[in-house]
Amino acid sequence: MTTIKTPRARRPRKTGRRHPLASVALIAIGLLFTGGAYVAFSSSTAVATTDASSQQTIAQGEKLFAANCATCHGLSAQGSSEGPSLIGVGAASVDFQVGTGRMPMQMQGPQAQKKPVQFTAEQTAALAAYVASLAPGPAIPAAELLDAAGDAATGAELFRINCAMCHNVAGAGGALTEGKFAPAIENVSAQHIYEAMITGPQNMPVFNDMNISPEDKRDIITYLKYVEDNPSPGGLALGSLGPVAEGLFIWIFGLGAIVALTVWITAKSN
Amino acid sequence: MTTITTRESAEDQGVGVKKTGGFTASAANYIDERTSISGAVKELGRKIFPDHWSFLLGEVALYSFVIILLSGSFLTFFFQASMAEVVYDGSYAPLKGIPMSAAMSSTMDISFDIRGGLLMRQVHHWAALLFVAAIGLHMLRIYFTGAFRKPRELNWVIGFILFILAMAEGFTGYSLPDDLLSGNGLRIIDGLIKGIPVVGTWVSFLLFGGEFPGTDIVGRLYSLHILLLPAIIVALIAMHLLFVVVHKHTQYPAAGHTNQNVVGYPVLPVYAAKAGGFFFIVFGVVMLIASLFTINPIWNYGPYDPSPVSAGTQPDWYIGFADGAMRLIPTGWEFVWLNHTYSLNILVVLTVVGLFIVTVMIYPFIEGWITGDKREHHVLDRPRNAPTRTAIGAAGVTFYASLWAAASSDIMATHFHLTMEGVIHTLQATTLLGPFLAFFIAKRVCLALQKKDREIVLHGYESGRIVRLPGGEFVEVHQPVDEYERWKLVSYSDFKPLMLRPNAQGKIGPAEKVRAGLSRWFFEDRITPVTQVELNQAHGDHPAEITDK
Repeated sequence: MTTIKTPRARRPRKTGRRHPLASVALIAIGLLFTGGAYVAFSSSTAVATTDASSQQTIAQGEKLFAANCATCHGLSAQGSSEGPSLIGVGAASVDFQVGTGRMPMQMQGPQAQKKPVQFTAEQTAALAAYVASLAPGPAIPAAELLDAAGDAATGAELFRINCAMCHNVAGAGGALTEGKFAPAIENVSAQHIYEAMITGPQNMPVFNDMNISPEDKRDIITYLKYVEDNPSPGGLALGSLGPVAEGLFIWIFGLGAIVALTVWITAKSN
Repeated sequence: MTTITTRESAEDQGVGVKKTGGFTASAANYIDERTSISGAVKELGRKIFPDHWSFLLGEVALYSFVIILLSGSFLTFFFQASMAEVVYDGSYAPLKGIPMSAAMSSTMDISFDIRGGLLMRQVHHWAALLFVAAIGLHMLRIYFTGAFRKPRELNWVIGFILFILAMAEGFTGYSLPDDLLSGNGLRIIDGLIKGIPVVGTWVSFLLFGGEFPGTDIVGRLYSLHILLLPAIIVALIAMHLLFVVVHKHTQYPAAGHTNQNVVGYPVLPVYAAKAGGFFFIVFGVVMLIASLFTINPIWNYGPYDPSPVSAGTQPDWYIGFADGAMRLIPTGWEFVWLNHTYSLNILVVLTVVGLFIVTVMIYPFIEGWITGDKREHHVLDRPRNAPTRTAIGAAGVTFYASLWAAASSDIMATHFHLTMEGVIHTLQATTLLGPFLAFFIAKRVCLALQKKDREIVLHGYESGRIVRLPGGEFVEVHQPVDEYERWKLVSYSDFKPLMLRPNAQGKIGPAEKVRAGLSRWFFEDRITPVTQVELNQAHGDHPAEITDK
């Protein structure tokens, strides 16, 4: 802007807002703001969880609990014939179950299914705060464990050893007995993955910090996020389900195409 | 021979003869004078092949095999069949620094660090799946059209051995990368072998060079995979094709097709061009699939380690029926006798699957014995015209399909929201009862179709046109079937159950009784083809047809 009054002012201005890179800078600033706002917004849940112990939040959670959860879990979360006691399950458990839509449960069945989330982040945090206030239990993990910036190789190895027998090596899910199943772990947030490991929802065993250290959990999340963010180098992955999907594909589409071509080749010309 | 020699020498003497025909002719002549290939070209070039899409399925299998050989040769340049432990240091981040066998590490390098390596791996694997699938479909075509009958029984056996060898090739190849999936597959084989009483453990230790997994198995399977099995397969394919040439090709029943002729195109030029072009079409399809779809992502599975087993661990599709058979065995099928465990869960599977395979392999001889048919057959059966055979085939397919489906019981359970137990119990039922149901339904459908054919031959098609006769009677005009179509509908051989005949000693042995019983079972329900007499009568009976003309 100071160049305006210099003798070279009449030449087309290449500085200030007319600079060739100005629009690029503008976009960068815009992105920075949007990103910043997004970060601020998404970290607001973390803020909400940090002041989870405030009496006001707990009171709000208790109200929500009485209205939405007490039918099965009891008015003071002591449990009933319809649902287990929630005393001591911790904030992590509530955040996982409510945050993935599994609770409130749609219907009794082999296991609670994922569905659209019923509560806002704030309400979930309030519920978690209330349940956490009943007795000590696993807390919502700190953000630095969820950054997916650990060692993917260690994570992959741990995942194969501890998780793949139910969830499949690529996290595509798998069957359990009597209609239960290990769900696919694609597009599950790092926080929910971590919480699942420490709380053992549904039929999943608990992997506590003695079993898999917090850093190892961070590595596992790193691996899962790597798989999620990097599409299969070989092309479409056919659900990462293994040889059954491949066999089905070759019979229906491979051999199907070939048979169609044999028909075409041997067709009599008119 | 002597006359030929003199003629050739006579030609040789004609030095002064002016050459005509340019380069092609002289090149052809050059080759022919040194190889006498014109005899073969004349013989093979005039060979007639009937044109039908289902006759190309065997070709698809052959072409897939050629693709496998080409892509496999590429892979051998880079694959190291060694189980020596190395630390992976390639491009794929989630395996960096992980100890693995040289086999796994080199397969990872093929997939990530060698130009075109992943594409070739995928071409090789997809072509392998297509190879076995094409063989399967080809076999079904042969079976249901009765192409295995005399004189082609031995070629059926050769083809079936090729099918088994193709599965062996597939399984050894599946085990080579030494990733988690292939190691799990080998562990199952190890368990199967160890389940055999007395010799099991010894055989397992012999195969793996000690306790599973050892450090030998990949090298051994590699020798089988790239040397022994392909050599046998190539030799058997040569025999298989030689037999096709010797026997001449079968053809579907149609006007002018008889046991004495072959109606179709000569190999040169049309058929050779079509078949040659078709190779590139098959290659193109495999390439397209391989470039768009992942197969066997070993980077997901990671190196083999005996402790982890991934959910959704299955063999490639062609081993699925054996895997499924084991999944269908109820729990606790084992007993202890003299301080040794006898694993019925494994022995029953080995016996049943083994019996099934042997039965399919020798089926042409079984059917030949039951029917007592010693004639040569070059015209195929339409499946409906051999109802019992078609029904047996349907039962076999149902049995195989149930076992096969069982290999994906877990995938079915998760994807259709079923319980694993429900899927297994349903498939147990379809495995045991399904074949009987399929036999009954297929046979009835065949007989019904035969009746329909008979009706069409005798009375033509219903035209929907109602005509009132002068006497007041209403009749529907039937459109008579044309002669070409009629040929197809009436030309099949009629069989009757075998008569019990005493042998030279004047006795009827138990084997003969069994044979006669089976023959009765095979032929008791049958629709005889329409005879000329019946045809003439039928036409006489239908004034409406005549008025229509």
